Amino acid sequence: MKNFNGKILFLDRADINTDEIIPAKYLTESTKIALKPYCLEDLVLEGFDPKRDLAGKQVIITRSNFGCGSSREHAPWVLECNGINLVIAVNFARIFRQNMFNCGLMAIELSAETIDGLFRDFAGADAELVCDLEKRTFTITGGGKTRVCDFTIGDFDLALVKAGGWVGYADSKY
Amino acid sequence: MGRTTAQKIFDSHEVDRPAAGVRVLSLDRVFCHEITTPIAINDLVAIGRDRVFDNTKIKAVIDHVSPAKDSNTAEQGKTLRDWARRMGIKDFFDVGENGVCHAIFPEKGFVRPGFTVIMGDSHTCTHGAFGAFAAGVGTTDLEVGILKGVCAFREPRTLKVEVEGKLRPGVFAKDVILTIIRELTVNGATDQVLEFSGSAVDAMTMESRMTLCNMAIEAGATCGICQPDGTTVDYLWPFIKDEFPSREAALAEYSKFRSDPDAEYTRVLKLDAAKIEPVATVRYKPDQVMTVRELEGTHVDQVYIGSCTNGRMEDLRAAAAILKGKRIAPTLRAVVSPATSEIYRQALREGILQIFADAGFCVTNATCGACLGMSNGVLAKGEVCASTTNRNFNGRMGKGGMVHLMSPATAAATALAGHITNSELFKG
Repeated sequence: MKNFNGKILFLDRADINTDEIIPAKYLTESTKIALKPYCLEDLVLEGFDPKRDLAGKQVIITRSNFGCGSSREHAPWVLECNGINLVIAVNFARIFRQNMFNCGLMAIELSAETIDGLFRDFAGADAELVCDLEKRTFTITGGGKTRVCDFTIGDFDLALVKAGGWVGYADSKY
Repeated sequence: MGRTTAQKIFDSHEVDRPAAGVRVLSLDRVFCHEITTPIAINDLVAIGRDRVFDNTKIKAVIDHVSPAKDSNTAEQGKTLRDWARRMGIKDFFDVGENGVCHAIFPEKGFVRPGFTVIMGDSHTCTHGAFGAFAAGVGTTDLEVGILKGVCAFREPRTLKVEVEGKLRPGVFAKDVILTIIRELTVNGATDQVLEFSGSAVDAMTMESRMTLCNMAIEAGATCGICQPDGTTVDYLWPFIKDEFPSREAALAEYSKFRSDPDAEYTRVLKLDAAKIEPVATVRYKPDQVMTVRELEGTHVDQVYIGSCTNGRMEDLRAAAAILKGKRIAPTLRAVVSPATSEIYRQALREGILQIFADAGFCVTNATCGACLGMSNGVLAKGEVCASTTNRNFNGRMGKGGMVHLMSPATAAATALAGHITNSELFKG
């Protein structure tokens, strides 16, 4: 199973699409690692600098409909290449969410109110998240504050995370 | 309680229920193109599973960059081509015989009512026009689909869109779907199936229904679905005439997949067809839609007609009817990419390519190309394109460029005027 703990990158915008996460012109690369330098290159977000802001981050917290648009699994891949294995949002585009779990990564939904609270308390505070998958809790600390959030994960999604992805799961079962 | 089309297809394809709310379905079609498939192929080779579940159910095409533009894209095409040969996949369409996947596969009659279809491409929802459940997936789902012929989905919930009445002249399926997306927003149908019905949809050709379903993903939908009917049967008849004694028999069979009258929907959105106007997108999300009337005079640097949304014969005919005997404005350039090689040949026979060329259009071969900023019409920073494609995301057609999505008729009229304008102004 992959690591789901680490420093948090807050992206304060809804509807971040997969073209923003990894532009189509890089889809001609035939290895995942070749995508690494281009993560979030076209993100429309004032003050955001991908190189500076991605460095040392392992978790993204964002608003609704993250990963909408193209089906490209290059989006989860480029996040993983940059050390990000967990994205938390109000909701996800279906294909992106499935791609995350299919790769053994996690896309976890929290309520809009909870996400609002996390932005209010921790955005810009060099915050860090610890995930306890057994207890289904995130513990977030930063700026002198600590908060524990419960989350839910479907049994099938959890099985994919534990199996390291859908290929291994399906190959043994179907 | 009755069942929707999507629920009926799930019921008839269930292989497993690995957890509550999730079903693994058997697949009737796995479609492949050269951008998302090679990494799946390479991974299957690497894990010692270089095989396919059924080489008659897998169809493959080189479409995104055709012909190859550089060594990387040549390598991607080669990987797909070599694999298709190695696996004995007969339905592989190479440069010269190829076309944009969501145009060529329906053209070949590969999709039938009640089918399950996946492809590593988000606009796979297009094929729901045939009353199929067709979903875009990532490379891992594609890889498992190729190897095992199965894919996992959450239980389908369906949002019904009823478009009643008659569309006004100059209003097309593209205007209808953009209007629907404006109503639903880009997140309004996430994790749901969009079912299109009503007299305006019943009156549409299969091509128009494909335009509708093509953009279901832009509202977040897993699939767009139209109800199979006589129009569906007529379109498919050349491909199914040996399977059924008559068109009526085919219709009776396919009608089993129509939603029941008492089926359950998450929401029903009703639109009056007569009130829908020609529209176009603004800014960077497909739900940011304004009427062409409001956008009249908006500056444009390039016009692009093509793609899996609007590169089919009826689209080219609609644009050519406006362009015939006229020249595009000297302040912009225009590109047309017929969606398949067969459409290219048909347009050549009908004199439509001549009309485009005489009007000053650059006529290219069939490819996805410019739609996603890959080739054949990439924008420079600060440039604006009036386009018949499906996404106006930031940088979609080229870094720093912006895209206004619209119908082929509006795009053609815009090419003549030199700025966004109503196609009705160029009639007669």
